Amino acid sequence: MTVFNYDSTFEGLLTAIFDAYSRRQFPDVLLPSPDCVSPSHPAHNAFGSVSSPSLPLFSDEIHNVLTDSAKSGRVWRALLKKLPKEVCNMLFYGWLSEESGVDMMLFRYIRRVFDEPATTSSVATDFSDPDILRVKQLALKVSHECEHIRQFTRFQKGGDAPGNDTTTGPADSYGAGATYFAPVSPRYNALPLAIGYFRDRFRDQRWLIYDIKRRYGFYYDLKEVTEVTMEDDAHLVAGKLDEAMMAADEKLFQDLWRTYFHSMAIAERINPKLQRQHMPKRFWALLTELQ
Amino acid sequence: MKESVISKLKVLAESAKYDVSCASSGTTRRGKDGHIGSATGWGICHSFTADGRCVSLLKIMLTNHCIYDCAYCINRRSNDVPRATFTPDELVELTLEFYRRNYIEGLFLSSGVIRDPDYTMERMVKVVRELRTTHRYNGYIHMKSIPGASEGLVREAGLYADRLSVNIEIPREENLKMLAPDKDHASVYQPMRYIHQGFLESTEDRKKFRKAPKWAPAGQSTQMIVGATPETDNEILRLSTKLYNVQGMKRVYFSAFVPVNSYDRRLPMLGSPPLVRENRLYQADWLMRFYGFGAGEIVDDAYPNLDLEIDPKLAWALRHPEKFPVDLNRADYEMILRVPGIGVKSAQLIVAARRHSRITGATLKKIGVVLKKAQYFITCGEISEGIAPKNGIIGDLHPDLVRKVLTQKRPTSRRAQSPDQTTLIFPD
Ligand code: SF4
Repeated sequence: MTVFNYDSTFEGLLTAIFDAYSRRQFPDVLLPSPDCVSPSHPAHNAFGSVSSPSLPLFSDEIHNVLTDSAKSGRVWRALLKKLPKEVCNMLFYGWLSEESGVDMMLFRYIRRVFDEPATTSSVATDFSDPDILRVKQLALKVSHECEHIRQFTRFQKGGDAPGNDTTTGPADSYGAGATYFAPVSPRYNALPLAIGYFRDRFRDQRWLIYDIKRRYGFYYDLKEVTEVTMEDDAHLVAGKLDEAMMAADEKLFQDLWRTYFHSMAIAERINPKLQRQHMPKRFWALLTELQ
Repeated sequence: MKESVISKLKVLAESAKYDVSCASSGTTRRGKDGHIGSATGWGICHSFTADGRCVSLLKIMLTNHCIYDCAYCINRRSNDVPRATFTPDELVELTLEFYRRNYIEGLFLSSGVIRDPDYTMERMVKVVRELRTTHRYNGYIHMKSIPGASEGLVREAGLYADRLSVNIEIPREENLKMLAPDKDHASVYQPMRYIHQGFLESTEDRKKFRKAPKWAPAGQSTQMIVGATPETDNEILRLSTKLYNVQGMKRVYFSAFVPVNSYDRRLPMLGSPPLVRENRLYQADWLMRFYGFGAGEIVDDAYPNLDLEIDPKLAWALRHPEKFPVDLNRADYEMILRVPGIGVKSAQLIVAARRHSRITGATLKKIGVVLKKAQYFITCGEISEGIAPKNGIIGDLHPDLVRKVLTQKRPTSRRAQSPDQTTLIFPD
């Protein structure tokens, strides 16, 4: 039995594939291992919350994969040559599902891509292969979750705390320049996929979107987006900004939004089942209009 | 912004909510530095109200005062309802502050008619102009054009709005005049033509000069009230086909009549809004826009109304048993799409999967094609195991029997679901 230890990041997985081909040795098992976690790859990408399974008793060989962006980059570019871009993205989406065993599934999938001679039909549509079917299904779930993040994320406007200087922003547009906070709690690790949308749309305001389940987030400072983890994230994890941190008019706009939301329902058409089908209950706790 | 805005907002949202269109689709516009907002093309639903409808745009009226007296409208002059008016600046601030919190995709602005159409339209244009210029707002805007407003104002509105709309409301003119004495079809079609012309001209200009400004890039839409007057589905669908073709309409909405002014004797007495019919009309519209059906295949003079019990695609299939069963290993994509229960996604999966190996019942289950309806209408050539229901497929079975089996409700599900509440908007 051959075991590869790796740092449970997507780059680590791609590096493992590079190593496997250059060593001509393929793992039967991939194990998340603390030995392999490098400081540049924070633990949220890892199966941080999943306790690592104990080592198989009889292992012939153990290889420690050291994540290397040069190697993973080569594997990714090779994939892009063999597969349409959407399929490559789908592999990454599948990864973000965090489903246990998805790493080995992707490993086998990618091996098939490299081992099979180029044919007219793409490996990606061979749904008689359970790995290929499952990865596609997972990717679809992750992309739905990403859409849910775009739909249901709610910002709260922060007050004039230090570092929340409203004068540097283009201040003649209402609410520009201030910092907006949003806690999210997605089922899959889909936040990184939604950041492009927020970056493109909310350009003249600062914002922080924080995944309170995985305890990391993204901060935009009017120039660029950086990934952040916070020592003290209690105020965000609670889901609601502390009143002391809120902008003076934040509560008013929350009230206005709630008023608007409730006024829009047409009594003759009430249909809670349909409402829940489109907007699952698990999002409700963080939705301003339902608080 | 003052607290008093809360009560205005309540009044003006209540007044605007019966307009069913809410889509924020049709424009793809990337964000711009120093600006706020973008448009995603497909339109995002940010919330869902207790009636299950999508909240995408801040759908609001500038004022609900109105000099007209349309029988179907809650804001008609003769109604004694609370009235309110926003200042343009209040509405600008509200839109931006909502937008910045990711509550909405943009603004859908309409208004009652105050003083005269041009005066009203000028105030509306002021709101969208301020948003776009002073506040560098780059998100979605849908603006109603007031029937009777002059061409110059419609032209200016189109510079700022993504979509413009004029509601036709009642399909047959004599019925419109009966319920809305101040309106006629000319007052509706005139602004529609301005909008269509503006859109065509700007498309032409942009072919010549890439930098020419876009004008109402998401085109126009309209709405018809269903069930307030006796028009048949045949009339409604034929009119909407004409609107798509002649006026370049991007979307025709149907709104189940809600009897807000039940005292008015010109209106029918309805227990509840005809939601099932509304849903069937959307399904028919969907079949016409995305599944290659013509209006005449869905309803005609012999069958002027949609079947409320089954969806229009199933109804078509049962009227045409000679087209079935469809062989999934051989049939064109277009024909697979016509199988009841098979939607665009499933049809694409089937066509992709059959390149690898023959489709069997097991393949279909594996790729997640739901067979409940489809099973009566398909084969896989000589090997059909696992697909055909025990008693065979259409051809062996009489269409009436298939219909009976498919409309049979299990006793438990009947209790859980009241008959008027539809959960499916579009057919697969
Ligand atoms: S013009 Fe519009 S707001 Fe005025 S009564 Fe008619 S439908 Fe209502």
